[in-house]
Amino acid sequence: MSALFVLIGISLLVALAFLFAFLWSVRSGQYEDDYTPSVRMLFENQPNENNQQNQK
Amino acid sequence: MLHYPKKTPAELDLTTCYHCGADCEKHPIVYDEKPFCCEGCQLVYDLLKESNLCTYYTLNNAPGNSFKNVKRSGKFNYLDEPVIAEKLVRFRDDKQVHITFYVPKMHCSSCIWLLENLHRLHNGIIHSSVNFLKKEVVVHYRTEGIRLSEIADLLTHVGYEPLINLGDTEQKSPAAAKKKKNYSTALKIGVAGFCFGNIMMLSFPEYFSTGNFYDQAQLKQFFGYLNLVLALPVFFYSASEFFVSAGQAIRQRFLNIDAPIALAILVTFSRSVYEIVSGTGAGYMDSMTGIVFFMLIGRYIQNRTYNSLAFERDYKSYFPVAVSVMDDAENEKSVPVSDLKKGQRIRIRNNEIIPADCVLLSSQTHVDYSFITGESAPVKKQAGDFIYAGARQADGAVDMEVSKPVSQSYLTGLWNNDQASEKEKQRNQSYVDKINKYFTIVVLVLAFGSAATWLFFDPSRSLNAFTAVLIVACPCGLLLTTTFANGNMIRILGKNKLYLKNAAVLEKLARTETVVFDKTGTITSGTQVRFSATMDFPEATVYAAALSAQSAHPLSRKIAKTFKGEKKFSVTHFEEITGQGLKGEIDGNYVILGSRYFVTGTAQTDNSRETLVFLMINGAVAGFFTFENTYRPGLQETLTDLAADYNLHLLSGDQDAEKERLQPLFGKNANLLFGQKPDDKKNYIAELQQQGHNVLMVGDGLNDAGAFMQSDTGIAISDDTNTFSPACDAILDGSSFTRIRSFLDYARAGKKVILVTFAVSLVYNITGLIFATGGTLSPVVAAVLMPLSSVTIVVSSTFFTSFVAWRRGL
Repeated sequence: MSALFVLIGISLLVALAFLFAFLWSVRSGQYEDDYTPSVRMLFENQPNENNQQNQK
Repeated sequence: MLHYPKKTPAELDLTTCYHCGADCEKHPIVYDEKPFCCEGCQLVYDLLKESNLCTYYTLNNAPGNSFKNVKRSGKFNYLDEPVIAEKLVRFRDDKQVHITFYVPKMHCSSCIWLLENLHRLHNGIIHSSVNFLKKEVVVHYRTEGIRLSEIADLLTHVGYEPLINLGDTEQKSPAAAKKKKNYSTALKIGVAGFCFGNIMMLSFPEYFSTGNFYDQAQLKQFFGYLNLVLALPVFFYSASEFFVSAGQAIRQRFLNIDAPIALAILVTFSRSVYEIVSGTGAGYMDSMTGIVFFMLIGRYIQNRTYNSLAFERDYKSYFPVAVSVMDDAENEKSVPVSDLKKGQRIRIRNNEIIPADCVLLSSQTHVDYSFITGESAPVKKQAGDFIYAGARQADGAVDMEVSKPVSQSYLTGLWNNDQASEKEKQRNQSYVDKINKYFTIVVLVLAFGSAATWLFFDPSRSLNAFTAVLIVACPCGLLLTTTFANGNMIRILGKNKLYLKNAAVLEKLARTETVVFDKTGTITSGTQVRFSATMDFPEATVYAAALSAQSAHPLSRKIAKTFKGEKKFSVTHFEEITGQGLKGEIDGNYVILGSRYFVTGTAQTDNSRETLVFLMINGAVAGFFTFENTYRPGLQETLTDLAADYNLHLLSGDQDAEKERLQPLFGKNANLLFGQKPDDKKNYIAELQQQGHNVLMVGDGLNDAGAFMQSDTGIAISDDTNTFSPACDAILDGSSFTRIRSFLDYARAGKKVILVTFAVSLVYNITGLIFATGGTLSPVVAAVLMPLSSVTIVVSSTFFTSFVAWRRGL
């Protein structure tokens, strides 16, 4: 039965790791703007722009 | 929010501006085979094309901002003053500086794209990134590469003028202060959720224990203490705001909804600690953390505000940050407003706010006190006159001598009248608070009653019963219902372009039975200009347009816009006499445009209520312009619909020329008042309130600020939600004007939803109470009841508010 103490300890440590990951993500500002990144990722990369320009 | 991307540039015809999408009117500037409404737009296009930034136009159609209001250059020179710059800068080292600009004009993905490619417009800029929801752009730039004022100018040049205001400079380090505030909600929810989940898991053995488990007393104790440790951060950190809010309310001798909740949390926690430490039970830590977790989420949803629509911020944005001080040699120098000294000579330009009590040095000018009194009519001031801080300069540039510098807080104080918040407390005790009052009394009576009863039969159970009642009867059901229902309703209304300041507005809307409308800009959407010729002169209107294009007066602008001709005329000997009219020479013709008195020399006769502008060419009156309001489309139906169930009133600052046109629209019973000054409007609303009416004021602009404040609810109508007026409770996009009736009905229906859902949650409470008063509330019962009731409430309040909205076509 004493294995239970160890296992619970480990499971809590794992959970704590996720909690700290969450705290870190909040502190680093990832939740500040949940909109702009979704738009930003759809922009074309720089090199393609010039091609588009010429086609127009 | 915005649709990405619509690549259909080919569909553009030659009538809408390629840059800003505005109507090019009759004669677009065609450049590079594309139409532009003005030179400003064309210049931006040119600039972007040079830098290979035309992707801007392929992401969205006509994404640019209009250049019709050209600002004077050098406006941002004050940013180069180290004192001011230091207040705005977020980070600085030897090589680079980071600064955040607030750019209210960004509105689409093209804007994001362009603002993040600023480095391609100027070498000095290293990097820029956008926070669209906050409408902020963070710019990193090289100290030796570009000056701060140049960045601000660059942004202005491409149509994204940054708004720099007191709010930014007043705080010592805005970035740091902001961070702390924003993080805490997410952190509290995160911590509460984490602890709740783990406590639930650790409590499972307790719920489903067989005899075996209890043999392991050691294990049971271990689980109990783990739960206790996990509950600590929830109790001391996540739940702290409930205690703070309850404490504040009690100190003001007032029972808010947080008070009984804080009590329930406190009792649950103490009893659980006692049970765990004494080994008499497992405690109710799971219920306690769960309740905190759900309530925090509800609060977060309800309080999610519209970052892009700053209700308070725009208020302050009119304040000057710096002002031009003139020295003896006529040199201009920017000085922060806070550093102004008595006796300094300052130069104030058109539309600027006068930042200190001053004496006018220039010969004459007009100022308006619309920011202070709401009165927008300009007041004439002569040299030597005293002008109070907060007035707005309505003419060109003038010089003044500072007679008493004022602090920024004084200026802010002019606006933010505390009166508003006090009024709210007195008049609007929310029905939630009322229910809560009775609820709390009943709970306390039950708790003491069951404790007293058990004292007679089995004293050992007495304390148990007492605490159990408090635990179960926690009014979190009521709180969850209101927060989730309100949050969802605010979201739905926002989707329909009615933006509420906070959840309290919903309740006030639901009580409305009297609606007061302002006229200009509220029920009218524009002006039609007509010219009545009294002389045969084919080019009369074109000349008038050319002349009035030189002036910034609103009437001149309307004339210029309506009658702009194909041919460009150069105006010589132009002269503007403020408040009277314009003079100039076009193609050798002497043209005068202005009031009847100014043009013809005879005074305006009393029987003409309309605004007339006269035109004289070469000494003969060529005709006059009339201005007729056009009403918003659908006004008739909207008003008829409203008139059936609401008392309607109209308060207009104009003369009653339109009364006969408007009375049938509003119905016989409506009261239409004309010639109302801002103060009259305010008093009229106060009078209605004294008769016991709940007044909704629908208006626009600064003129109505006083009326907004006085009314129970103030809705500002705006066709451009970026620029709007202060003191209102909600902003309504002009295009949704016809739905006012649906919005009011929806607010009422929402109140019913809340009451019904709360009644449902009471069923759970009563079930729990049956166990509790019996002194047999086991952790399992509490653990089942708590999430079951919470989830039912959350789901049903969200579902019903959405359903009601769907039924109403919102």
